[in-house]
Amino acid sequence: MRRESGGRIDRSRVLRFTFDGRELTGHPGDTLASALLACGVRIVGRSVDLGRPRGIFTAGVEEPNALVRVGDEPMVAATAVELREGMRAWSLRGKGRLDPAAAAGDARHDKAYLHCDVLVVGGGPAGLAAALAAGETGARVVLLDGGPEFGGDLLSCRTLLDGAPAEEWISSVTARLAAFPEVRLLPRTTAIGYHDHNYVVAVEERDANRAAGDEGGQGGGGGGGTLGGRRLWHFRAGQIVLATGAHERSVAFPGNDRPGVMLASAARTYVNRYGVLPGRRAVVFTCTDSGHEAARDLAAAGVEIAEIVDPRRDGAVVTGTLADGEGILTGVVIGGREVACDLLAVSGGWNPAVHLFSQSRGRLRFDDALQAFVPEVSAQAERSAGACRGEYGAAAAVADGFAAGARAAEAAGLPARWQDGTTGPGGNGGGDPLRVPECDEPAQRSPAALWAVPAGDDGDRESFVDLQRDVTVADLGRAAGTGMRSVEHVKRYTTAGTGADQGKTSGAVTVGVVAGLLGASPGQVGTTTFRPPYTPVAFGVLAGRDRGRLSDPVRITAMHDRHVARGAFFENVGQWKRARHYPADGESMERAVERERRAARTGVAAMDASTLGKIEVRGRDAGEFLDRIYTNVFSSLPVGSCRYGLMCGADGMVLDDGVTTRLAGDRYLMTTTTGNAATVLDWLEEWHQTEWPHLEVSFTSVTDHWAVVAVVGPGARPVAETLVPGVDFDDFPFMTYRESAPARVFRISFSGELAYEINVPWWYGAALWEAALELGAVPYGTETMHVLRAEKGFAIVGQETDGTVTPQDLGMSWIVSGRKPDFVGKRSHSRPDTAGPGRKRLVGLVPARLPEAGVPATPDEPPGSGTPGAPEAAGEPGESGAAGDGEGTPTEGVLTEGVLTEGVLTEGVLTEGAQIVAAPGDRRMLGHLTSAYPGVALAMVRDAEAGDRLVAFDGREIPVTVVDPVFHDPGNTRRDGIPDAVRPLPAAADPEVTQWWRPERAVSPLAGFAERFAAAGTAGVTIREIPFLRMREVRGEAPKEGLRLGPGWWLTVEDPQTGAGAPAVDDGVDVSAQRAVVELAGPRVRDVLMTGCPIDLHPAVFEVGAHTQTLLARAQIVLHRAGPDVYRVLVRSSFAGYLAEWLLDALEGL
Amino acid sequence: MQLIECPWCGPRDEIEFRYGGQAGIAYPGDPAAASDEEWAEYVFMRDNPRGWFHERWFHVHGCRTWFSIRRHTVTHEIERTPGSPGARDAGDPR
Repeated sequence: MRRESGGRIDRSRVLRFTFDGRELTGHPGDTLASALLACGVRIVGRSVDLGRPRGIFTAGVEEPNALVRVGDEPMVAATAVELREGMRAWSLRGKGRLDPAAAAGDARHDKAYLHCDVLVVGGGPAGLAAALAAGETGARVVLLDGGPEFGGDLLSCRTLLDGAPAEEWISSVTARLAAFPEVRLLPRTTAIGYHDHNYVVAVEERDANRAAGDEGGQGGGGGGGTLGGRRLWHFRAGQIVLATGAHERSVAFPGNDRPGVMLASAARTYVNRYGVLPGRRAVVFTCTDSGHEAARDLAAAGVEIAEIVDPRRDGAVVTGTLADGEGILTGVVIGGREVACDLLAVSGGWNPAVHLFSQSRGRLRFDDALQAFVPEVSAQAERSAGACRGEYGAAAAVADGFAAGARAAEAAGLPARWQDGTTGPGGNGGGDPLRVPECDEPAQRSPAALWAVPAGDDGDRESFVDLQRDVTVADLGRAAGTGMRSVEHVKRYTTAGTGADQGKTSGAVTVGVVAGLLGASPGQVGTTTFRPPYTPVAFGVLAGRDRGRLSDPVRITAMHDRHVARGAFFENVGQWKRARHYPADGESMERAVERERRAARTGVAAMDASTLGKIEVRGRDAGEFLDRIYTNVFSSLPVGSCRYGLMCGADGMVLDDGVTTRLAGDRYLMTTTTGNAATVLDWLEEWHQTEWPHLEVSFTSVTDHWAVVAVVGPGARPVAETLVPGVDFDDFPFMTYRESAPARVFRISFSGELAYEINVPWWYGAALWEAALELGAVPYGTETMHVLRAEKGFAIVGQETDGTVTPQDLGMSWIVSGRKPDFVGKRSHSRPDTAGPGRKRLVGLVPARLPEAGVPATPDEPPGSGTPGAPEAAGEPGESGAAGDGEGTPTEGVLTEGVLTEGVLTEGVLTEGAQIVAAPGDRRMLGHLTSAYPGVALAMVRDAEAGDRLVAFDGREIPVTVVDPVFHDPGNTRRDGIPDAVRPLPAAADPEVTQWWRPERAVSPLAGFAERFAAAGTAGVTIREIPFLRMREVRGEAPKEGLRLGPGWWLTVEDPQTGAGAPAVDDGVDVSAQRAVVELAGPRVRDVLMTGCPIDLHPAVFEVGAHTQTLLARAQIVLHRAGPDVYRVLVRSSFAGYLAEWLLDALEGL
Repeated sequence: MQLIECPWCGPRDEIEFRYGGQAGIAYPGDPAAASDEEWAEYVFMRDNPRGWFHERWFHVHGCRTWFSIRRHTVTHEIERTPGSPGARDAGDPR
């Protein structure tokens, strides 16, 4: 029940809440637990295994019993939840359950990254003192505390400091801290993990803090009774002061789990801090002096103290408890004598909260005087202060905190301003000296070394060690009886310490009892490993804003919006969204692919090929370098010519492939596969920097700068000619390239047909695409691209290959130079295992019959000569929705937002991944099927010759015949086009559309965001794109204008206002469209950036003019501080949409 | 989250880097002259000590510099030495 007065609650306001449907009330300043106690709620749940009634046991995060559901949070400690108006809470029955059908909470969680000199964890007397001492030096200090108010245990006791209530000292210290510009105070913030290199992760109740700030009061946040949004802080601290306090522990004795049994410190907290009487008549069972102080405070609050039982006085112990019909405490048994009471306050001793210290890999020792584990040797730049290292008492904690804070600041490189722990000059302009206040607390004597009251076998079964896991002394005895000697084994066997509280109140008792059973000391037994998180964390908090469309970056091409408008279905290729096919009027994929394929084979088709990796390789030794990387020769490639190349790892296995073009004597443009672009760039730089630094060569990614439209088909030429009128197409042989600014045209083919790959800067990509389609090209997607290339027997790295395939295995010995003395991987090609027989090689397969087709294909008629993949050969494709019609019926794929996420949409084809065996029933795998399309299949098979009959096993056993992998046009007669197939261009083609190069048709990567950017601006932050800036990447050590990206690596950027600083055209590589530029301006920009950027953004560290490459959210960026409050973010164009969405979302949450 | 000292950019979070394995494994000067065993040693075999390890890192999301450090594989302690580009450690046979 509530006391008449006292406590740090606001009796003038009433908060209504419900518990298990009962309507109850409390006050601001209450926790859910204190309000429940005030309302007389004794039973707050039932234990997990035994179903025993349990009551509130603690007043903090260590609570093992009062775990409740609050709003949509399935399990939280009522003792650590601030009461809010409208809160709805329920007790838990048995094991908790997650409801998969429940909607995700609507609370908005986010993350933030912050660097500091000194991080102080815990805002009790030691932590406040440490923060003050460090703050006085001018250090960047962050002070965290899990509670809504600083002060720690001082808020729970009646200690006088300098003759005044402790809250006056707390107020004066927090006021001084708040006045330091470099000190950040974070109440309601719990450090959950202490990781490598002083990296601490903490959870802030951010909505509650913001509401408290807005209202100037307590509580608030999270409407509708939910807990509200939280922020996951990531701190990188120069030095850390742990001031995490201590947890009181219980004693194991029979019936020690009844509602009404409570830790003495908790009872003291409830009467003093919350003005709640946890009982009317109390017995205090204490091994410590603090238990006597609790008894004194309970008595002062009007609780009748029936008896104080202190084993140190006369060996007296509590041997049992009495309960009413509900199981609620009615009395205790003291050596056969019964004493009536409704509250048993227990103090078994104190456990310094060494969780974070141990997570930091610090070493503990057992202190016999304190009967507790305390920090012994630090492993990181850290020191503990106050109760968490056994320095009990307010005055000792403050002195310890001053010393720790001052030393931490000094170690962080700040001048010490504090000398001897009692006086000091003050700092920051002559503040008050750091003086330890006079304190009226008595000195503390050693606790009794009592872990469990001897109770016999029956008693041991009711003597609880871990209340949450229902683990008893008897359970520990059984574990020891099986021969377990390690407390880690005992933990796993009994589950002691594995609950949501992670054994905060039970761990030490477990160790003490096990030590007794083994005849060892607790120090010899040791503790179990402390692991993060210190308190449970909701998955939603860990995810933060990286949910839904922001869960992973989506990379898009310049033409993406056009594909969406055309109803394309997309597939994910790495982070890219690539158009897979363009169904017309509800076409199935098979029909769309066949239509698209027919256009490419008989007319003209166009594909967005922008995602291919593009790397400009420059320098005197570029050719030499490529000769070392590729299996074939590039130094002899004539300027203006293109050559297909394969590169291998040092193990000789195919790493990547692509066409490389010699742009000039010292300039090549390399293309890579879409998925390997980053890997290949890394690979080139690794070999250059670590093995051949003497080669003069550099590598510049231009993947995002160039948008690429492949115009493909026997009728491609008139379309390409119209699109790039500056090129002489009469003099344009296969495997050459031509330039007509701003376009580059490459005559290369991945389909076997006449093809032109037209590259233009990103800004013109959409216009070029629309122009190609206006001229009659049929858009085709990646599925058709795969069919076209498979028909030509072109292997795809990552589909035919898997890191165990050599060029020779692919039948590509022709591309492996025998003349070069060496290239990466060459030596491995003569190793016995790669040169020997029995390796899987690329072959074509045709099915002897297709179960669905009805018309068996005949293996004696290899399709290479016919019309491969013609639909009549494979039967009429089924309608969609045909799934599950029987064996062999194709699966309809699962479409999620237009992307095929699982299943296949193919009909009448073999199955990719099918195992190849020699004969029906055979189990020895000869290989597997790597690509399968109607009428076309590629496989990696050992010991197979053309004409062999094998079996493809995919659940069915399908006879197949081995054929040459080139199904289509083995003589390469079509790559120069077929004059008869050329048709006139559409007469109605609109020159407004086909003239894609007109300046007004250029579109910057974030043009579509302009309105949303404008609408999102506030007084704190404005956001805009700065489009079309000219930029070049320049190499060389000589100081250059622009942003220095790395050693000898510059990005010159035109000034958006004046156009000054525009890079010289003949200097470096044009990357103007490679990156989009977003400018954030205003006093709160750093508050936006800190939610996703891990570097130190302090204005004195990241100064005006500073720039660097780093990460923002999940995108790589160049960050440039262009003015005091002006930051430019340069992000690759393909990531720009993702980052824009992320930034807009961040602005929303400011 | 380890803090890796890039010789160019200074200390950065581990997520900005790519791990490059053991340092000091130089590309053989004349691969053709290497026996199969020697070549396999170069391609496949690496130390895996419990303790100090000389290893390479690549600042992939930053300045794209390869470099090497000595790091303790148990404590993750990083030896404070002036950063050196990987080239110096990886060795160049020529």
